[in-house]
Amino acid sequence: MTVSEPGPARELVREADVQFENLARQAHAVRFGIWVFLASELLLFAGLFALYTAYRTEYSAGFIEGIRHAELAIGTINTSLLVISSYTAAAALRAIRRDAPRATLAWLGVTLALGIVFLALKGLEYSHHAADGALPGAYYAFRELPGHGGQLFFTLYYFMTGLHVLHLAAAVLVLAWLAWRVSRRRTTAAYHADLEGGVLYWHLVDCIWIFLYPLFYLLA
Amino acid sequence: MTSYLDDNRGLMSWLATRDHKRIGIMFLIATSGALLLGGVFALVLRIELLDPGKLFLSAMDYNRMFTHHGVVMVFLFMVPVIPSVFGNFFLPIMLGAPDLAFPRLNLASFYVYCAGAVIMIAAMWFGGIDTGWTFYAPYSTTSPTAVAAGTFGVFVVGVSSILTGVNFIATTHTMRAKGMRWTGMPLFVWSIYATAIIQVLATPVLGLSVLLVAVDHAWSLGIFDPDMGGDPVLFQHLFWFYSHPAVYIMILPAMGVVSEVVCTFSRNPPASYRAIALSSLGIAFIGFLTWGHHMFVAGMSLFDIGAFGILSMFVAIFSAIKVFTWTATLRHGAVWVTTPMLYFFGFMFLFVFGGMTGVALATSSLDIHWHDTYFVVAHFHFIMVGGTLTMYLAALHYWFPKMFGRMYPRRWSIVGATAVILGFIFTFTPQFLLGNAGMPRRYWSYPADYQWLHILSTAGASILAMGLALNFGYLVWALFRGPRAERNPWSSRSYEWLAPTPPPLHNFDEPLVIRRGPYDYHLPE
Repeated sequence: MTVSEPGPARELVREADVQFENLARQAHAVRFGIWVFLASELLLFAGLFALYTAYRTEYSAGFIEGIRHAELAIGTINTSLLVISSYTAAAALRAIRRDAPRATLAWLGVTLALGIVFLALKGLEYSHHAADGALPGAYYAFRELPGHGGQLFFTLYYFMTGLHVLHLAAAVLVLAWLAWRVSRRRTTAAYHADLEGGVLYWHLVDCIWIFLYPLFYLLA
Repeated sequence: MTSYLDDNRGLMSWLATRDHKRIGIMFLIATSGALLLGGVFALVLRIELLDPGKLFLSAMDYNRMFTHHGVVMVFLFMVPVIPSVFGNFFLPIMLGAPDLAFPRLNLASFYVYCAGAVIMIAAMWFGGIDTGWTFYAPYSTTSPTAVAAGTFGVFVVGVSSILTGVNFIATTHTMRAKGMRWTGMPLFVWSIYATAIIQVLATPVLGLSVLLVAVDHAWSLGIFDPDMGGDPVLFQHLFWFYSHPAVYIMILPAMGVVSEVVCTFSRNPPASYRAIALSSLGIAFIGFLTWGHHMFVAGMSLFDIGAFGILSMFVAIFSAIKVFTWTATLRHGAVWVTTPMLYFFGFMFLFVFGGMTGVALATSSLDIHWHDTYFVVAHFHFIMVGGTLTMYLAALHYWFPKMFGRMYPRRWSIVGATAVILGFIFTFTPQFLLGNAGMPRRYWSYPADYQWLHILSTAGASILAMGLALNFGYLVWALFRGPRAERNPWSSRSYEWLAPTPPPLHNFDEPLVIRRGPYDYHLPE
């Protein structure tokens, strides 16, 4: 089925992929697939949350001390950056639905900038910890907090926030690609299930951080 | 219309295809290659074990060999084979869809699988892996072999499995033909759907645990190392949280094949469609709650042991529902004994016998005696490998005419099936006896008293290998020289047989209209 709603002159006429009856079915399938994928991603982190729970039960004193040495200021700023970015990502989606590609691009740009600042601050935070000798595993040499509790705390800190950083970096790449698609009028008001998927993924990365933040900065 | 095989020619038309059928065929080649490789490793092990001492492998090479056998067979053959080959090929056709929901993702999942396989095989070639396919910490994090690369390869193959699962779930939900309700889907679709749910929910946890081992091995993270405060048993929990459901990833698709084969060749609807479909979901669900039975001797409270034991036995209830439903389907049917049916009989024997030993193993007092012996090896080979291997071959013989438009020589296929089934039973029955007599698994040398059982087992393995080689030989012959097959040589009522043989690019000449159920044998085709 061809979509021939009025739009900007340069807009490509978008047809559904051959396996779908129409664009609406295709959008439905894409949305559904993304939700299933998000469930899978959650389970990836679930294993790590289980690991954290087990070790925190075993070494609660070390973990509490570890949290006292966290960079609370950077963590809090980063949390607010991500929360705001989730709003701006949602605003981008709203803009594409109103058929406003320029506004969409602007909101996506802000979202990407917030994500990149998060990554930069995270890098700064890692370098502070590294300077203190708070490194993971066998390289752990943090004099203020000797013992296995602190060592495991920082190992998990690096692994869990590191995996989150990888996810955020992937989300930045995905949103940048989607911004390119919006700018080329491939993602439009008529069909934007891909942008919806990208934004949902962004929200997931944000939500995971919402759980990491208390575990590594607050629950002392 | 031109069939999918002739639609486009040349190597690139295959390598860059988005057609689910061609991707299924590529998976068939890749997973069958894995079966061959894993089989060669198994034969090397069996030959070495002919002698109580050293025959030709050093102890270290023996450790590598059983690890390679397990890793290749589990992650490259058994987990992907039925979903990625037959699920890929037939799920869309059975749903009346022109393709899967995400064809590009499907192709990507094939290449991700290949990348993972290459990483794993490279790790085996350079340095090898000697930890066993379970990668138990803390040994796996300090082993001098290429554990980091090997486990990373497993992680990559896991990503492929997740992508396939996402695709199957989305396709089943959104692409059923007009008029096809959930309870009107062929049972094979149900089993692939239940499998896909486990793939999506359990694989990330395995991916995570092997990733932790990989990172730990590469940069001594010490997460599971007691020297750094870590707890090795935690690894076992994370690992089995996936790997136990993974057992059902391997067996559920096989059960789907059983349902199709038994209905077609008894010319009967399933004795209870609902019982078969819902017991699949029941197994998928309960499979997530049984992982602890792998750790009865690893330090666990008596309460947990009891709970995990009882939960594990629930699996037997759902499995028994299936076994009885299949048997009841034969009743009053016009049973037609074909090659797929022979594999069905073989499956029933292996599955019931393997399943009963599973219930015995779930009993903690018995498990303590049998733990880490050949009894466990024989148990999981019977149920998991026996189930999957026989149904992989049954599916191949059942759907071969539809997939390739050719028929294979019946007589040879009956000889092949007999050799495979008898060879299999012959290989593993002595191993039950060995385990019960106290022979631990993964041992390179053993007291001479056990030798006659090992010789019997190796003899069985050679019959099995000859049976598989025979299968391979006449199937390749039939691919090019076999007589042309009709559209529906088995007079089945299932929807895939409504498509032309072999199916054209988008499966049906005109959209499939559902006028009857997939098992309505009282109605004309």
